Amino acid sequence: MLNPAEIRKDFPILERQVHEKQLVYLDSAATSQKPQAVLDALDAYYEKHNANVHRGVHQLAAEATEAYEGARGKVAKFIGADVSQIVFTKNATEAINLVARSWGTANLEPGDEVLLTVMEHHSNLVPWQQLAEAKGLVLKHVGITEDYELDMDSFAKELTSKTKLVAITHMSNTLGCIVPLREVVQAAHAVGAKVMVDGAQSVPHLPINVKDLDLDFLAFSSHKMVGPTGIGVLYGKKELLEAMPPFLGGGEMIAQVGLSKSTYAPVPHKFEAGTPPIAEAIGLGAAVDYLSALGMENVAALEASLAEKAIVALEKIPGLKIVGPRKNRGGAISFVIEGIHPHDISTILDREGVAIRAGHHCTMPLHDLLGIAASTRASFYIYNTEEDIDRLVTGLLKAREVFGLAKSSG
Amino acid sequence: MSELDELYQEVILDHNRNPRNFGRLEDAQESEGFNPLCGDRISVFVKVEENRVVDVRFEGRGCAISQASASVMTTMTKGKTVEEVQKLFNLFQQVVTDSEGGEEAMEEIGELAALAGVREFPTRVKCATLAWHTLGSILEGQAGTAVSTE
Repeated sequence: MLNPAEIRKDFPILERQVHEKQLVYLDSAATSQKPQAVLDALDAYYEKHNANVHRGVHQLAAEATEAYEGARGKVAKFIGADVSQIVFTKNATEAINLVARSWGTANLEPGDEVLLTVMEHHSNLVPWQQLAEAKGLVLKHVGITEDYELDMDSFAKELTSKTKLVAITHMSNTLGCIVPLREVVQAAHAVGAKVMVDGAQSVPHLPINVKDLDLDFLAFSSHKMVGPTGIGVLYGKKELLEAMPPFLGGGEMIAQVGLSKSTYAPVPHKFEAGTPPIAEAIGLGAAVDYLSALGMENVAALEASLAEKAIVALEKIPGLKIVGPRKNRGGAISFVIEGIHPHDISTILDREGVAIRAGHHCTMPLHDLLGIAASTRASFYIYNTEEDIDRLVTGLLKAREVFGLAKSSG
Repeated sequence: MSELDELYQEVILDHNRNPRNFGRLEDAQESEGFNPLCGDRISVFVKVEENRVVDVRFEGRGCAISQASASVMTTMTKGKTVEEVQKLFNLFQQVVTDSEGGEEAMEEIGELAALAGVREFPTRVKCATLAWHTLGSILEGQAGTAVSTE
């Protein structure tokens, strides 16, 4: 088992104090902290190799290009893909929009169905709503069970021969549940639908192999997996990417340009118009190295253990209800406490040095469905310890005290 | 008193637990206020006769600060003229944003001063002013439009 106390030492920000208390960072589902190795990679690029990529013949340009393309190779290996299947985007949201705007526009017809779930993040809802409006598509939504897991009966019912795409999260950022992707993909492919997976919450936390799972598209963000902000990834099957029209036009994505017509670069560069986030890609490469050295199986095991302990500790707090499953889940744990609004909990915890998320976590439809306006979310990652769980629990008991709620009864 | 205790003082917690003038008001002007950041929603209902707020109620859900602020607002604005309400809102904003004149304004806002602790929590100022912006939109003739804090 990995030792978070050792891992913490790699993350300089965790040494800081907030409101004169040692920081406890439990908001990694929003964004993760960054290890020294990633910060060093960013510095090294700007201090020693900074140049634009793919267009200079000088030494620095060659070094920058090698580092940028090297990062693409690292990412490809990390998810079991080929290097030409990795498109760098701004974030997971842009990767999903790329699929909607490019693949969706070229391949979907009026009346075609796109199957989503009720627990999708806004970033995997809004692009499809926009496309549905433009193209006359039908959007359907798979429900969740009483145990806060994907309802496979509902999935079987909503998946039809009209379904052309299943766009689904791998791990809910609110409920923390893990979706059985293998079953979902097999069923979708059986009716001829493609599958686009929102891996923003899963790729940082679980081992994933796109070939083994036979995914058509996978979107994820660097900043949630100890890498820098400003870069995300779209994986796509090569034949799909090759047949797709470019998303943005400009430099870098072309083969030959005339005044009225141009030809495009091969994938993945066809989708990377303009100067890309070079430093960020290199930082993401360093992040992938860092996670690979820990081993994603070990990362997943550590977080499962932390989540289990956190849930046991949280459920001892009077009036607290976990909004998510107990098993088969990731480290994002949402909950509500009777009599205290999540916003107030968040303010009180902040004064205790504990950073959590309060609100709807960009899943407003899910919160509406659950009949709650907001929830509190503590999300764990590799650098969180059992002491962090204790500090969270102490902070929540303090919140009850501030609100005049008795220590022992609900 | 710690900043937290000042923020969550008893009068705030009391208004949060037992909000005054809570519920719909029939045959009234209405607006909805919305904080997209946290999902809080509040509806304000007001009856104005001869330039005076003769009745005001609210409903919705939100944090202790937004609920208490709305509750205190309804108790303090009933019976006031539109201009008096607007002046009170301006003074209240001065207090919670800790802007110039805030200390003097504190003397003039009565029970609303209980919300002054918000000024140490800049991320929570929107919670304290949501109901006021919503009421303000009605009094400015914008009833029926949704007010967003973003």
